[in-house]
Amino acid sequence: MNILVQTKRRLSKFLMAFFKKKKARIGIYGPPNAGKTTLANRIARDWTGEDVGLVSEVPHETRRAVRKSDISITGSNGSNITIDIVDTPGVTTKIDYKDFLEYGMDKETAVIRAREATEGVAEAMHWLREDINGVMYMLDATEDPFMQVNIMMIGIIESRKLPVIIVANKIDLPDASPQRIRSAFPQHPVVPISCLEGKNIEDLYEKMVEHFG
Amino acid sequence: MQGIQIDLISSEKLAALTSMEKIHLILDHVRKGSIIILEKGLSPDEQSTLIEMTMREILPDGFNGIEIETYPSRDQSPGFLQKLLGRSAIESRLTVIGPANQLRMIKKEKDIISAWVSTR
Ligand SMILES: Nc1nc2c(ncn2[C@@H]2O[C@H](COP(=O)(O)OP(=O)(O)OP(=O)(O)O)[C@@H](O)[C@H]2O)c(=O)[nH]1
Ligand SMILES: [Mg+2]
Repeated sequence: MNILVQTKRRLSKFLMAFFKKKKARIGIYGPPNAGKTTLANRIARDWTGEDVGLVSEVPHETRRAVRKSDISITGSNGSNITIDIVDTPGVTTKIDYKDFLEYGMDKETAVIRAREATEGVAEAMHWLREDINGVMYMLDATEDPFMQVNIMMIGIIESRKLPVIIVANKIDLPDASPQRIRSAFPQHPVVPISCLEGKNIEDLYEKMVEHFG
Repeated sequence: MQGIQIDLISSEKLAALTSMEKIHLILDHVRKGSIIILEKGLSPDEQSTLIEMTMREILPDGFNGIEIETYPSRDQSPGFLQKLLGRSAIESRLTVIGPANQLRMIKKEKDIISAWVSTR
């Protein structure tokens, strides 16, 4: 880390302490269906006792960014961060309402869902440009991490100089390969977890305190 | 599949365009069904705006988004001049953008495109 960045970080920490209101907003980003809302719910439940949003096997369940404020997370060494978690709509470069018909929706419902999903993705990109201070980039570890949208998103996040943790989710599934994700993004910390079973979630909390503190 | 148009935009042409002009140029081509090859890739900010604008153009039974592939360019390691100009590796990449429903075509033509790139 260069001196300028270090100084900037110290300065912003100082200002944050001074004004006591500007908290870090951590966005959970990633492709549709990776488990972003499942993670947001787990974090909120573990640290505040409440839920954030709906989880579904149908992609684009989240179609509007949802913020959960003032989540206070304590690491094993006693250090503590207070953050806002923003659960975002899954980012993609294409949406076809016909893909939703497979899940038993009628055409009208599918068309509405697709329109909301396109607005949701646009909104997620907007948040990333304006309102996000750190990112948890979530991937389904059974899927190919080299998808172009992941490469683009990580590039965009890097260019904004945001701290990022890559979360390799669904390691409970036999096809999961966190190693493939590590080799795709060697420049960032990768934490393998299962949101569903809660496996390794403590490791993620440690990394969050360390990384976003 | 017949009659697919592939348009190459040279780095000279790209350099003369603003970010918004680039994005409109891409979306205008892709919405008409053509595949566009950019000799030089987009900056992260341009990519971010491209995703956002793509979403705003999607219509039921019409345009349903884009597919992007990038290919390493000839001079992959950033040269002195590139470093001096502060261009990231990704910007020097050749980028292929097509309509989402032609994904398979882009994938199929990958070898041809790569071969074409490597002979340039
Ligand atoms: N096996 C397994 N399934 C998971 C895990 N985490 C989430 N899921 C499932 O994956 C599906 C998608 O989960 P969501 O949390 O809705 O995913 P999302 O990333 O918020 O999806 P969008 O909002 O549509 O972008 C659901 O069926 C979840 O139950 C996990 O750790 N293991
Ligand atoms: Mg969700």
